[in-house]
Amino acid sequence: MRSQAMFFQRRAGEALADPQLQRNFTGLRDKFVGMRARAVNAYERDFDELRDAGQAIRDRVLDNLDVWLELFEEKATQRGATVLWAKDGREICEQVVAIAQKHGAKKVIKSKSMLSEEAQLNVALTAAGVEPVETDLGEYILQLSGNEPPSHILAPAAHKNLDEVADLFAEKHGKPRKSEIQALTREAREALREHFLSADMGLSGGNFLIAETGSVALVTNEGNGRMVTTLPKVHVVITGIEKIVPTLEDFATLMRLLPRSATGQEISNYVSVCTGTKGVDDSDGPEHTYFILVDNGRAGLVGSEFQPMLRCIRCGACMNHCPVYQSIGGHAYGWVYPGPMGSVLTSLYTGLENSLDLPHAATLCNQCGVVCPVRIPLPELLRKLREKQTECGLRPWPERLALSMWAWIAQRPGLYSLATKIGVRYLNWLAGGEDRIKVLGLAPEWTAGRDFPAPQGRTFKELYKQGQERKT
Amino acid sequence: MKVALFVTCLVDLMRPSVGFAALRLLEAAGCEVVVPESQTCCGQPAFNSGDRRAAIALAQKTIAEFEGFDYLVAPSGSCADQIRTEYPGLFLDDPDWRRRAEALAARSYELTQFLAEVLKVASVPGEFDGSVTYHDSCTGLRSLGIKHQPRRLLGKVRGLSIKEMPEAESCCGFGGTFAVKFGDISAAIAERKCVNLQAAAADAVVGGDLGCLINIEGKLRRMGDETTRVLHVAEVLAGTNGKLV
Repeated sequence: MRSQAMFFQRRAGEALADPQLQRNFTGLRDKFVGMRARAVNAYERDFDELRDAGQAIRDRVLDNLDVWLELFEEKATQRGATVLWAKDGREICEQVVAIAQKHGAKKVIKSKSMLSEEAQLNVALTAAGVEPVETDLGEYILQLSGNEPPSHILAPAAHKNLDEVADLFAEKHGKPRKSEIQALTREAREALREHFLSADMGLSGGNFLIAETGSVALVTNEGNGRMVTTLPKVHVVITGIEKIVPTLEDFATLMRLLPRSATGQEISNYVSVCTGTKGVDDSDGPEHTYFILVDNGRAGLVGSEFQPMLRCIRCGACMNHCPVYQSIGGHAYGWVYPGPMGSVLTSLYTGLENSLDLPHAATLCNQCGVVCPVRIPLPELLRKLREKQTECGLRPWPERLALSMWAWIAQRPGLYSLATKIGVRYLNWLAGGEDRIKVLGLAPEWTAGRDFPAPQGRTFKELYKQGQERKT
Repeated sequence: MKVALFVTCLVDLMRPSVGFAALRLLEAAGCEVVVPESQTCCGQPAFNSGDRRAAIALAQKTIAEFEGFDYLVAPSGSCADQIRTEYPGLFLDDPDWRRRAEALAARSYELTQFLAEVLKVASVPGEFDGSVTYHDSCTGLRSLGIKHQPRRLLGKVRGLSIKEMPEAESCCGFGGTFAVKFGDISAAIAERKCVNLQAAAADAVVGGDLGCLINIEGKLRRMGDETTRVLHVAEVLAGTNGKLV
């Protein structure tokens, strides 16, 4: 997917001006935040200790990623799977198309994979004459809706409300319009069932890869993942190389964190651990299993100051709790991943220069950092990206000039006192005797949406000095 | 006990009454308070804008000005946190400055934390006839753990009652330069904060960081709320209640 992050400012503005979108966001925000809070409170032990454990597991892997990947490859191969490596989105597409062609697949059913979005796999499959069918309800809605991009990593169609989905289904399914969630999901299920039964190949992402067993773990709520991984003869797993965990026990620990952080569930409706191909005694399962382990920018982060970002287990808590994401939704971020984790990943995977706004589009409130199940210091990473932009000379020159001038003056106390004396008088003159400034010429962006309180008239330093002089 | 007051650049420029209130509170608690004359800014705007060089230069200036005192106290969670949490990290490759930064960091406090935890004051001079609702500023709350200290101190103000607002811990949308770079998003977040604080139906909203308070006051007035007062916690504790005395 080509990044549209350069249009962040404009698209954020459009989202703010769309009353329907704003209503949809409000409901979503309260739901996600409330559900996580209840689950964390109900957890019988200390959730922060669990976060420490989660971080430790992820760090242990990332510090020796190559070793764990080799172990995974060995174990997965022993169980009959084929392990392939893809360096970027193009290679993912080539490999998946080649697998489809090898097995004569005409229809591919997919459970949710964000990497498939990174690679724009559906476009490549369609071009190769293979029909991709999204079976995650949210992804299915977006595919019906003209291949819209997802706006949330867990709930891809989070920006749509019930009425919009009802209209879409009535139009695309050609059936009477339904207005209840249950009826709509039943209708989607009926439409998808035909695809499940007629597909030649299943394609899934992976929440975790388990090194000691060579397995992929899938965490879902809809059960579509089970269909995708067991019904067709061929199962292809696409995951990032960082998704690995050493042992099943580590996986169990992370499973205490993931559903609670994501949807406030103690456990998701379905947890599948898929290992190898169908055995002689197995009643079902794929005859051919492929793992495509993808770099697409990840290896470059290993050993860098941004390595902590690779801990991410894709729970979505950072965006759910982000005041910016809550206000504008996911599409403005312009690529696959929105919110704080998306601002970091988009900058690192698609180029700093294409994502100039993203690291700055945060108040650094650290609400994301305190809910992250693996303690990724997101505000710190965003700040580091800002530093990188400065080092690479990517910030606009008026901003650089203003910042340099301010810093230069702030290092010279005499000049600084003079500048602030003039500044405070200028602001007071603007206020014209009122207690507020309605239009701030130097920062019209501030006063477009709120007033700017007038200063008290003299700087603290002036007044303090006067007071001291009076005393002596 | 010699305490150096770090006034903060926003208080210096916008609301000196906060600085005088802090001074009064510290003196009332028996501190000898010094206001180093050459102080300007802690460098947080440069640090958060990605200008590490300027952040380091301003950190060195502040360290040199304040390291000679027993404590540094600032009426702001985010400025105090810059000194306490971020300064040492600016000097990873410079052991001498790192030692000096760490020494100052360990003795630097946000005002209410200092009053409540170091001085353990039993009473405050303030008097306030009405109710207040407290906005927890992000950095003070999530980095320094400032939550109960201001509330406990406000509880000692004669005549004052506290009414909690929904989502008191949510960001007000200020975010320093964010408020100007993304003015529309910032104002949208501020609106939600204002709706929440109005739900508390208090006479005043009180907070510990002037940046947030300017943002909140600006949004409240634009929304047509002319009655909810916006006060810094130092002003309420000292009893000046926003007046420059």
